[in-house]
Amino acid sequence: MYYIFDGTYYGWLCCIFEAFERKDFSVKPITKELYLPDIFAEDIYIYTDSEKASRVLKGLQERVGKNIALDFFRAFLFESPEVWQAAFYLCVQIFKGNKDILSNFGNDAVMKFSDALRKVSRERHRMKAFVRFQQSSDGLYFAVFEPDFNVLPLIISFFKNRYTDQPWIIYDLKRNYGIYWDKINITEVELNAAEVKDMVHTSTVVSLDEQEEYYKNLWQQYFKSTNIVARKNMKLHLRHVPRRYWKYLPEKN
Amino acid sequence: MDRLEEKLKILADAAKYDVSCSSSGSKRKNIGGIGDASSSGICHSYTEDGRCVSLLKILLTNHCIYDCAFCVSRKSNDVQRAAFTVEEVVKLTMNFYRRNYIEGLFLSSGIFKDADYTMERLLKIVKKLRLEERYNGYIHLKTIPGASDEMIREAGMYVDRMSINLEMPTELGLKLMAPEKDHESVKKPLNFINQEIQSYKQESKLIKYKPTFVPAGQSTQMVIGATPENDFEIMSVADKFYKDYNLKRVYYSGYIPIQNDNSLLPQIGTKPPLVRENRLYQTDWLLRFYGFELNEILNPSFQELDLEVDPKLSWALRNPHLFPVDINTADYSMIIRIPGIGRQSALKIIKARKFGRLHEYQIKKMGIAFNRARHFMVCADSPFQLGFASMDQVRAQIVNKSASKTKQLVSPQLNLFA
Repeated sequence: MYYIFDGTYYGWLCCIFEAFERKDFSVKPITKELYLPDIFAEDIYIYTDSEKASRVLKGLQERVGKNIALDFFRAFLFESPEVWQAAFYLCVQIFKGNKDILSNFGNDAVMKFSDALRKVSRERHRMKAFVRFQQSSDGLYFAVFEPDFNVLPLIISFFKNRYTDQPWIIYDLKRNYGIYWDKINITEVELNAAEVKDMVHTSTVVSLDEQEEYYKNLWQQYFKSTNIVARKNMKLHLRHVPRRYWKYLPEKN
Repeated sequence: MDRLEEKLKILADAAKYDVSCSSSGSKRKNIGGIGDASSSGICHSYTEDGRCVSLLKILLTNHCIYDCAFCVSRKSNDVQRAAFTVEEVVKLTMNFYRRNYIEGLFLSSGIFKDADYTMERLLKIVKKLRLEERYNGYIHLKTIPGASDEMIREAGMYVDRMSINLEMPTELGLKLMAPEKDHESVKKPLNFINQEIQSYKQESKLIKYKPTFVPAGQSTQMVIGATPENDFEIMSVADKFYKDYNLKRVYYSGYIPIQNDNSLLPQIGTKPPLVRENRLYQTDWLLRFYGFELNEILNPSFQELDLEVDPKLSWALRNPHLFPVDINTADYSMIIRIPGIGRQSALKIIKARKFGRLHEYQIKKMGIAFNRARHFMVCADSPFQLGFASMDQVRAQIVNKSASKTKQLVSPQLNLFA
């Protein structure tokens, strides 16, 4: 049975609620966008009800603790139907009383889940490192990026704690949403196509601070000078900074 | 070129032979300003040599009163000299940090006039960052040997990590390259700071307000391959320094030839000993995280690391009587000694085997180097073997199979097996 949900974490949690209500556990959670109708399988649309989702979440937290419950959110951000299904299966097992299942690394679903967690965690760490701010003339620090997975929710507190005294925006171009910090509050923002274009090409509307180019040049100079030519090792370099990330790294442009 | 850019070029270039770039180990919080320390450290970029760029690593100046043969900033070397002002370093650090280019500042310096005078300048920068800019990001500061205890103690109140380099692994080697220096002048401040760190730790147990003092600890660096010390000598020194001064890290820096005037040093064009350096780091890891004692890996009758295979594999090949290890019954401490199995996978194995005996196909998915590990372990379904495979054969199989980065770099012996 395919459960078609809206692509949000709460929607995914509602799939679990629904499964228990129907006592039907051979379920594949999927989004409308990714669903290819299958004539041999049934499907139903899952309505996202935040109350139901909260109940599932609370139940999960009571059984495995807050941190491991958060792992389900992290794995969810991997954005893969296979992982959604593995996590669904594990979640159902936990609700059925099989609480220790997550440490059974001999189990395929557990391996899929822990593998997704590892990759999301690596991407989250990378984005803490690779986000590069530019300063606009009105003092806003802004950055655009295109992470492999939807890790922006996982790095908000990191940037908030670190860059508390400066306003900033980090914008995910792939998923078209961003986070804005105004030195007091965090808000989610969505830009229209013209605004996005502006962020990327910083042409007319967003004007850069006059010092921006200067410090970017200094950074590029530093990056060059700190390299040891006699030790050149491009293979290692590429392993650490894969090409897909270069676009928004001033030192690689 | 802008004057600041020119200085940055000279003083970053002069600082790059200090390989330490770690930004881990500190938990400094952002209190009403900007910045904090991420306890795991963050590498913000990587240079084309594959090394991490975490900190803005610069010298305050490359003017130096010393003439150490291995150092690019030595007095007699004909290089461009420059010096940052206090304001310039602060400005660079803050502007790089605010753009998330860097994790913090690594500040070192040539010695101009005398130790105290130099240390005082470094201290000025650090204080300005912390007190005026309200900067709470990472700072790694070089301790200047010979600076007064008061000055060193004050610096320790503001920075996250301090370090002094041993430079050459032995006193003898150091005397050859830098007659004006000795290991004693490194040991003294390392010891002083270590004592201070320990007493702060004691105090902070007693009082509520905990001042921090060099919270990320101390490190040192040895240059490898400039002088003739063997691996056993090098690792013995490292082991002793880890134990005596509670060092967080010892760095091994393969010597990169910078001059042809000193016939004792490898000449320009000689390749830096990168594989050897890698093997030393692997040994360092085995000592710190894998429960190995130094004499198991290196000892008077085995003084040089095997370049062709990693030190854990090399140790296992020399100790066939300890293998194969049954991963369904062995202790964690023995599982992490199996070549190709790391700490993460060992933990997974320990957890997973509670649910039933583990088979090969399950182990393979746990992120281990199966091609290496399979010779040294048995799973639930491993075929029963009569006696041991000869370790020479095992070695040949592993070496031949791995498309190792070291393959083309080490001995032509390989052809024997091909």
